[in-house]
Amino acid sequence: MLAMHQRNTISVQSMPSLPHHVHLRFDPVREAWALLSPERIYWPNDASLDILRRCDGKTTVGAIIEALALEYDAEEEELAADVIAFLQEWTDNLLVTP
Amino acid sequence: MNATYFPPVSMLAELTHRCPLQCPYCSNPLELLKANREHDTQTWLRLFDEAADLGVLQVHLSGGEPTLRPDLEEMVARLASRGVYTNLITAGVLIAEGRIRALAEAGLDHVQLSIQGARPETTQRISNYRGAHEKKLETARLVRAAGLPLTINAPIHRHNIDQVGEFIELALSLDAERLEIANVQYSGWALLNRNALMPSREAVDRQTEIVEAARERLRGIMNIDYVTPDYFAIYPKPCMGGWARDAFMVAPDGTVLPCHAAQTIPWLSFERFGDRSLREIWNDSPAFNAFRGTDWMQQPCRSCERREIDWGGCRCQAMAIAGDAAATDPACVKSPLHARMAQLVEEALATAGSDSANTTFVYRRIAPVREPV
Repeated sequence: MLAMHQRNTISVQSMPSLPHHVHLRFDPVREAWALLSPERIYWPNDASLDILRRCDGKTTVGAIIEALALEYDAEEEELAADVIAFLQEWTDNLLVTP
Repeated sequence: MNATYFPPVSMLAELTHRCPLQCPYCSNPLELLKANREHDTQTWLRLFDEAADLGVLQVHLSGGEPTLRPDLEEMVARLASRGVYTNLITAGVLIAEGRIRALAEAGLDHVQLSIQGARPETTQRISNYRGAHEKKLETARLVRAAGLPLTINAPIHRHNIDQVGEFIELALSLDAERLEIANVQYSGWALLNRNALMPSREAVDRQTEIVEAARERLRGIMNIDYVTPDYFAIYPKPCMGGWARDAFMVAPDGTVLPCHAAQTIPWLSFERFGDRSLREIWNDSPAFNAFRGTDWMQQPCRSCERREIDWGGCRCQAMAIAGDAAATDPACVKSPLHARMAQLVEEALATAGSDSANTTFVYRRIAPVREPV
C-alpha cells in the first residue's frame, strides 16, 4: 500500500473541514439541508448539522465541543465522545478531512 | 394519480449513445440512437434547468461516452450554477488534451471512470478497443491532477472476477477514493451475452470474501461499493431505489425513463422532454405511475414486510425472467421462480465451457437504422 494511504484519526486538536468536492447546501424544494458527495446525498439532522457547519478547517474539535456545550447548555465531557465518534465516522466515509 | 410525489433527487443523463468502447454488457438499449437523434445543447440546458427546479440535486452525465459531446463544459457550468452536483461517467479513452481541466474549471464535482479489467489484455478484450487500459490510466492521472475526486467502476463478470484483488490495488494506486465492484446486471446487452459473462458461485463467494476483507482493511482510505450479483442473491435490490421514487434517466433523444431497461417492458410507452415538461412526465406519465409505491404489487410482495425495503426488486428482471413486469423479481427467495435463477447460472456455465479465452461476445454496436415503413 502507498504511504499516502493512511486512515485519518480525529482528535481534539484536529481542525476538520469538508473536502472541496463535498457540498453542504440548503435545498429550497425540500426545505432541508443536503450534503452532496460523489454518488450519494445525505440529509443530516440538526445535531449533525451543528457539527458539520463548524467544520471550517480553522476550528479545532476541542473548540467545536466547547461551542456546542454552550449552545446545548451541556457539559463538554458529555458531548466530547459523541462529537469525536461522529467526526471519526464521517472521516472514515471520506466526507470530512481532519 | 396527481398525488404529491416526492421530487426526484438524481438524474442520469445519457447524452449520447456513441462510444468508442464495445463492452458486451453495456446498459444502453440494444437499439442505439445515432448522433442525429441526440437533443441539442439548448434542449439539454432547458432540461437541466427544469430538473433543478423540480428538486434534482445530483446529475450523472453519462452515455455512451459523454465527452464526445463538445458542449459538455457548457452543461456542467449550467448545472454548477444551479448548485447541482455533477458526476461525469466516462470510459476515459478519447478525451482531448486539456478537457479534464476545462471540465473541472466549469465546476465538475466528480469523475467515475470505468475500467474493464485489472490487466491491460482484459480491458482490451472486453472493451474491444486497442490500448484502452493505458489510456484509462492516463485519464485517471489527469483527473487527480485536476484536483477532482475519482471513482473507479469495475464491471464484474466471469472473465475478470478473479481480478477483484488486483482491481482494489489498481484503484489505490490511481488514488481513487471510491471503487465500485459492480457485478454485471443482466439486462440489455448483458442479457444477450449472459451465457458468455455469468460467473460461477465459487468465484462469486471468493469475490465476496476479498471485498469484505478489503473494506475492513481500507476503512477511511478508500470506499468500496459492492454491487452484488442478482443471480446469486437471496433478496432483490431496490432497483433505482424504487420505481420513479427518487431518480430517473433521460435517453439521448430526450425520452424520460424510470430506469435503463424500462423500454424492455413492451406495454409501457414513454414520453419525451420537449413534448411535455419534466414535471408533467415525473408526476403524471402513466409509465412512471405504473409501478410507483406498492399498490401495483402482487403476492408475495404485497404482504411482504420488505416491500418498502426492496420495492419488489427490478421490474425489468421480472419482465425478462418471469415474463411479467409486475411479478416479484425472481432474484427474491420468495419468488416462485427463484430456482430459475440458479438454473440459468447452470445453463450459462454448461454452454460456456471452461476456457475463458474461447468465449465469443456480441459486442455493443450501433446497428443500421431501421427506416419507418
